[in-house]
Amino acid sequence: MTVSSPGRSAASGTSLVALIGPPNSGKTTLFNRLTGLRQKVANYPGVTVERHVGRAQLGEHAHVDLLDLPGVYSLHPRTEDEKVTSDVLLGKMPDLPRPNAVLLILDSTNLGHNLALVAPILALGLPTMVILNMADDLDARGGAVDLKALSQELGVPVALVSSVQGTGVDSVRNFLRGPAAPAANPFPILQNVQDAPHCRRWAATVTASAGYRAPAPPAWTRRLDATLLHRVWGPTILTLLLMAIWWTIFAGAKPAMDAVELVIATSGGWLKAQLPDTLWRGLLIDGVWAGVGSIVVFLPQILILSLFIGILEDSGYMARAALIADRMLARVGLQGKAVIPLVSALACAVPAIMGARMIESKRDRLATIMVAPFMVCSARLPVYTLLIAAFVPGAAWMQALVLAGLYVLGAAAAFGTARLLKSTILKSERMPFVLEMPPYRWPTFRSLSLRLIDRTRVFLRRAGTIILGVAVVLWLMATLPLKSDGTAADVGDSIAGTIGKTIEPAIRPLGFNWKIGVGLITSLAAREVIVSTLGTIYGIESTDEDAVKESLRTELHRDLTPGGAAALIVFFAFAMQCMSTVAVIRRETGGWKWPALQFGYMLALAYLGGWAANGITTWWLA
Amino acid sequence: MQLSGNNARTVADLAHHETGVLLSLDLEPALADRLMLLGFLPGEMVEAAQSAPGGDPRVYRVDGTEIALRRETALRLMLK
Repeated sequence: MTVSSPGRSAASGTSLVALIGPPNSGKTTLFNRLTGLRQKVANYPGVTVERHVGRAQLGEHAHVDLLDLPGVYSLHPRTEDEKVTSDVLLGKMPDLPRPNAVLLILDSTNLGHNLALVAPILALGLPTMVILNMADDLDARGGAVDLKALSQELGVPVALVSSVQGTGVDSVRNFLRGPAAPAANPFPILQNVQDAPHCRRWAATVTASAGYRAPAPPAWTRRLDATLLHRVWGPTILTLLLMAIWWTIFAGAKPAMDAVELVIATSGGWLKAQLPDTLWRGLLIDGVWAGVGSIVVFLPQILILSLFIGILEDSGYMARAALIADRMLARVGLQGKAVIPLVSALACAVPAIMGARMIESKRDRLATIMVAPFMVCSARLPVYTLLIAAFVPGAAWMQALVLAGLYVLGAAAAFGTARLLKSTILKSERMPFVLEMPPYRWPTFRSLSLRLIDRTRVFLRRAGTIILGVAVVLWLMATLPLKSDGTAADVGDSIAGTIGKTIEPAIRPLGFNWKIGVGLITSLAAREVIVSTLGTIYGIESTDEDAVKESLRTELHRDLTPGGAAALIVFFAFAMQCMSTVAVIRRETGGWKWPALQFGYMLALAYLGGWAANGITTWWLA
Repeated sequence: MQLSGNNARTVADLAHHETGVLLSLDLEPALADRLMLLGFLPGEMVEAAQSAPGGDPRVYRVDGTEIALRRETALRLMLK
């Protein structure tokens, strides 16, 4: 028997140890405890499953790389997560060596159903340590297990650990450091490791001979569920919670976002004053610097939503929220967990799409991502309020009614699209809703802060680079070709302006003229940009923002028919005028296929909707 | 095994806090396997617990864990 050491010194090359376990076993908490901030996030090639690799320092010169695999109940490659896990463990994953050892993390309060995963893992023949997590919970609820007997029964080292409190983690480090024998003993059971009842029965005999005493049912969880799943209180509490999340992203992030904008604008202005007035200065300040600003400005919202999702997931409430919302969302083919991203999208689609990754089913996650941008986000509001103020005459309540109607329109488009997707290209492989209700736990500061750092890195590095690139391209389109004196073009003569004029015949059925066309092009960067573009085109020069809006309202009222205004509102309700959303979807789906499809679909819907709105309004007023 | 005529009871028929013993899983293999790994094995006791408003999905207790299932799935889990 060869004896290998999972923990080699840095000089002799790094070894890779895989962490595997069922969902809710506290696997990621242990991963975080062992690696801290030394983590890297990437995607597995071709799939949306994330790859978390971190380095565990075991001494001055020794370390191992830990790989946090997705939570699975078996190695049968049925879901995307299970396929990734099984491919990695069999060494079939491209760009990734086969792990040298395995840490199998199980929930000690639930050994009966967790042990079923041991058989297929041991059958791999890799050095393995079985880690019984949540020792604090097992103890508090009066459960017990004989580690020595279990270790003997399984033929591999076993540790009892509380990854939240950090007890027992040293024995895991010892295992990683020392030489370890491969799991040698292929028991009779292992000929049949994919057979579920077989594995379960085997697990039952093992727990019995290891003197396992199951803990008492979690009393607090039962008591809390009596309220949180109550038929009146349950939905009420969930609704209040969703409103709180929405409000915090919508309004609570505002000061932080204003601060980011102020810092970018002030530093940009200062930089502008230091540099000579050339085109390069324009590119640097108005292209790159403003582009950086448009990335960073999303961070407060992303952090707030990630914090909420972190608390909801770590505490165990997410499963309850999904349960309550499931029936309503099942009607349009989505599942309960989609409720959090969809409500968040009412503030901004970017954090919502990043939040959708907590939905395990790939198809449900994709469907949620595809429909989230229809929800009325805060960037649509400046456009809506400008047009409503210019074209909806009369009392404030009428204007409010139109705005409310637009929220309904957005939600209707989202749910209609979800239904369409789930009955066609995203039709589920009928892996229906099966959701474990974990006991409630206190979220830890450590795990929450690591989550936030993780999300920040992913967003800035992956989505941020795309957003920056698009921002620079759009700046070039609004600046080139240069005037004869070498200065930037007026927006009407720029590439964007030329495109706006070229597409005029195409957008005339919607009641738009070329000026609106230019606005549609520049607002590909972000919806609210159309307001400043139109201000420039109509030649409104004032530093007072309210005065600009006032004259813009007058100009629009004169230049646009009511039908055209209605069409413009509907166009903005449906079209994907937001490069940040496109970038983040590109990043979350791992390719251009989905964002391209979505952009085309939303554009087509916007065009048809705008055309219909123009026709109906004109006919109505005639 | 004898079924009690054609009106065999399923897990979906359990009242709140009522328990029953599972007889068989009338589901496609992938889903049946998943549920068996979670504890829904023939011969196991299943207890109906809280449900979402409207009664669907419902939480079931089996082997110390709580698993929520939609009614369409619970209807395929036959009781003794």
